[in-house]
Amino acid sequence: MSGGAVLATSVEQQEPRRGPDLPRAVGTSRATPYLLLSPGMLWLAVFFVVPTLMLLVTSLYTGSLDQGYTFEFPGHWATYSNALTEYWPQFLRSFLFAGLATVFCLVLAYPLAYFIALRSGAWKSTLLVLVIAPFFTSFLIRTLAWKTILADDGAVVRTLNSLHITDLLTWLHLTEADRILNTPLAVVLGLTYNFLPFMVLPIYASLDRMDGRLVEAAQDLYASSWAALRKVTWPLSLPGVVAGTLLTFIPAAGDYINAELLGTAKVSMIGNVIQDQFFVVTDYPTASALSFVLMLAIISMVFFYVRRAGTEELV
Amino acid sequence: MAVTTPSSDSSSMSVRRRPRGPVRWLRSRLIPLVGLLVLLYMFAPIFVVVLFSFNQPSGRFNYQWVHFSTNAWTNLCQVGGMCEALRLSLLIGVVATLCSVLLGTLVAFAIGRHRFRGRSGANLMVFMPMATPEVVMGSSLLALFVGMNVARGTGTVLVAHIMFCLSFVVVTVKARIASLDPRLEQAAMDLYANERTTFWKVTFPLVLPGIVGASLLAFSLSFDDFIVTNFNSGSTVTFPMFVWGAAQRGTPPQVNVVGSLMFVLSLAVVIATQVVRRRRSRV
Amino acid sequence: MDSTTGGADLRLLALTKRFGDFVAVDDLTLTIPSGSFFALLGPSGCGKTTTLRMVAGLEEPTAGTIVIGDQDVTWTKPYKRPVNTVFQSYALFPHLDVFENVAFGLRRRGTKGVDASVEAMLELTELGGLGRRKPAQLSGGQQQRVALARALINEPKVLLLDEPLGALDLKLRRQMQLELKRIQTEVGLTFVHVTHDQEEAMTMADTIAVMNAGRVEQLGSPADLYENPSTTFVANFLGQSNFFDGSITERSGGNAIVSIEGNRVGVLDSRVHSSGSRVHVGVRPEKLRIQFAADAVMGEDTNRLEGTVVSSSFIGVSTEYRVGMPWGQQVSVFAQNTRRDERLVRGAEVVISWAPDHAFALDAAQDVGAGVGGAHAAERPESAGP
Repeated sequence: MSGGAVLATSVEQQEPRRGPDLPRAVGTSRATPYLLLSPGMLWLAVFFVVPTLMLLVTSLYTGSLDQGYTFEFPGHWATYSNALTEYWPQFLRSFLFAGLATVFCLVLAYPLAYFIALRSGAWKSTLLVLVIAPFFTSFLIRTLAWKTILADDGAVVRTLNSLHITDLLTWLHLTEADRILNTPLAVVLGLTYNFLPFMVLPIYASLDRMDGRLVEAAQDLYASSWAALRKVTWPLSLPGVVAGTLLTFIPAAGDYINAELLGTAKVSMIGNVIQDQFFVVTDYPTASALSFVLMLAIISMVFFYVRRAGTEELV
Repeated sequence: MAVTTPSSDSSSMSVRRRPRGPVRWLRSRLIPLVGLLVLLYMFAPIFVVVLFSFNQPSGRFNYQWVHFSTNAWTNLCQVGGMCEALRLSLLIGVVATLCSVLLGTLVAFAIGRHRFRGRSGANLMVFMPMATPEVVMGSSLLALFVGMNVARGTGTVLVAHIMFCLSFVVVTVKARIASLDPRLEQAAMDLYANERTTFWKVTFPLVLPGIVGASLLAFSLSFDDFIVTNFNSGSTVTFPMFVWGAAQRGTPPQVNVVGSLMFVLSLAVVIATQVVRRRRSRV
Repeated sequence: MDSTTGGADLRLLALTKRFGDFVAVDDLTLTIPSGSFFALLGPSGCGKTTTLRMVAGLEEPTAGTIVIGDQDVTWTKPYKRPVNTVFQSYALFPHLDVFENVAFGLRRRGTKGVDASVEAMLELTELGGLGRRKPAQLSGGQQQRVALARALINEPKVLLLDEPLGALDLKLRRQMQLELKRIQTEVGLTFVHVTHDQEEAMTMADTIAVMNAGRVEQLGSPADLYENPSTTFVANFLGQSNFFDGSITERSGGNAIVSIEGNRVGVLDSRVHSSGSRVHVGVRPEKLRIQFAADAVMGEDTNRLEGTVVSSSFIGVSTEYRVGMPWGQQVSVFAQNTRRDERLVRGAEVVISWAPDHAFALDAAQDVGAGVGGAHAAERPESAGP
């Protein structure tokens, strides 16, 4: 969740595609790749795959923490229906907030990425460092800083109040009673802020790969700046946009730090519920079921989204 | 700017001047302007973090400016438990980095340098943890540890950190390997280097920048992780856990000092690597 | 494609472009007549591409005016100019297929009957049946045709071609040169072609402007520039030349007599481009005749010099002889391989001769090496003449 993760995703973007006819490295045997793989893969199998299965098993337990949990075939599936009946608003809110944050990120990131990739000239690498620099500080400390900025008697809220913008926001049900902190807007703002570089860097990478003369060619062929953006730049940056939206949406949907620090219990997200169920209520089956549903929901959404956005051959 | 008047034969033609005006000026600079505003938005909390590290708060919460003080900077470890948490986070970060870089580099070489049955499966396995929300990863591991009756503590935190750092290491190192020209190795072999010498004299030095990058990345991921850690730490307090706890009770300005230091140090590291890279490429 | 629209005059008036201190295009004034095939020829960095980009509207001039027909387009946006460009290495839209690439301009202008126009244009450029391919699935030559079709379909007043054949191999380049010329004749548009390849310019263009350091060095027909260059830069950039230092001793009856190390040679007055008397006398290697000294016959070649063969290399269509002059200079001679004289070996005493209308005299203040890098004639002697 830090600047580093963002760096990695941008690196991944730039990996060139290679043909299938890569020659086997000279002087190695058939067993070599498996020997190299096995320690890392074993680690992932034991501490990622097995826990995911364990999560499923735990969600089907019956009993309680005090009396002990037991698993009876075929499992206590009622936990799922109970959990979903009770917590569907939090699920909905999570996806709504994450979706809003993703849209805001896109709106903010596209001009910035465009500027860095196509207009910044010699400043390019400096600007790239500036994009990730704020994220060198701890996620939590940054989010806490927003608490200061958006404080009820702070300069930002007072300015917005005097401009009657908070009235407008309240009318839109984004804020309440002339304040921003502890409202849905604050949570979405925090999510937008925290995942912005995940959107900027992939879009930057795909715009940077684009041949700048294509825009000139479009203008030469009677496309105004706006038409060139719509017909050439935007379609060519789609792979970056798709990657960016996924990298923003997935962590945002599971996040509970922003809802906890910038919101209230009234605007809690599914992450808050899972964490509460584990540590406050200690209802492990319900917590596991919610967690498992979140995973399935995100996987199916991602799958659906990639299918829709990705089937069209993108360059 | 004088526009040269065309010769007499074109007197019927209207000569147009270079168009100017505030609208045109703004339009041509709209994108840089928006870009800079977005950057400003990204830096706003950093200013606040640094500014409030020099605050002398009146109560437990450091959300309002009272007056300037360097007290937090000079008495960093005065806050109970913070420096211990910081030390533990650094230790976990270093160990998690070493382990994940070792495991991840091996995997990266396997995927980046070999074609084998199950390669796409291995790729998927690496990709999955990056596409899973942290809440799910954290709760899955907790389910495992609870189910297996493993006591949560520094050990379980380490296991978790190595797991999620691993994927990022693989991706970073793999990208570096993929960008290498395979002819360099062939050239080395042509020049009488055997497999071992070729690897250590040619391949490894060329992949090293990727490994260094992956190490920095893994460290920052581990050092800053809260969600997964929160699920698996038991009573162990890492620095993000300390900040989380402090946020409920009241954050001392010393937290801002650490935030400012993190920012400055990381920026210094990045600038240094950039300078080194630029020097090397110039030679 | 309606070929009756035709092109329009393109006039550049005192056009200047500066990038900081660097003057890319220096006070350029040019008129390119309607319907002509005009080439801007010069080495890289001479300002030819910058000129083209200013005409296209992709670069704003520092000063000067650009007029197409009777319309001042100096400050017109690129997408509002009656100009289209075939970009260097094409800049085809990779996400669109061939059909949509070609239809791009028509769609932007909301033209009706796009399908029929595109099909007709694909036929003209011999791309029929490739409409649904993506650019990446085409060969270099096909991509080149798509770039051409994409520009031509808009019926621009002026078509700009920026090194259009640079990415093709030699054989394909030859073929496309003839094809471009055919299409230009067919549609009758004004073509402005930027290239650093003198052979390409000479093959296709009616008129060539040789550019150097932001200025037009010489303007004329390909034959004119080749036969009668006015500067050493032009002489060297368009083919290979031998230069003899000499001084004009007399001028009479349309002829100038130049003394070269004591030898008197004649040069047509119209080919003397020097105000002073010190000159470089230039002769193309293929204009020189080489004969065994003992039985040399002069005929029309009234200018002669004596020397010794230093080396001979067989090139295929011709043989290149290096002939040493008594004053130490070496001269290059290309002889057709029709009847090879076996006696012309190293050390043989020879006479080289040429007609007065095959030489030119340039100001001796000029550098004899100017523009040498751009000439390909040395490597490809078979293409040295038009």
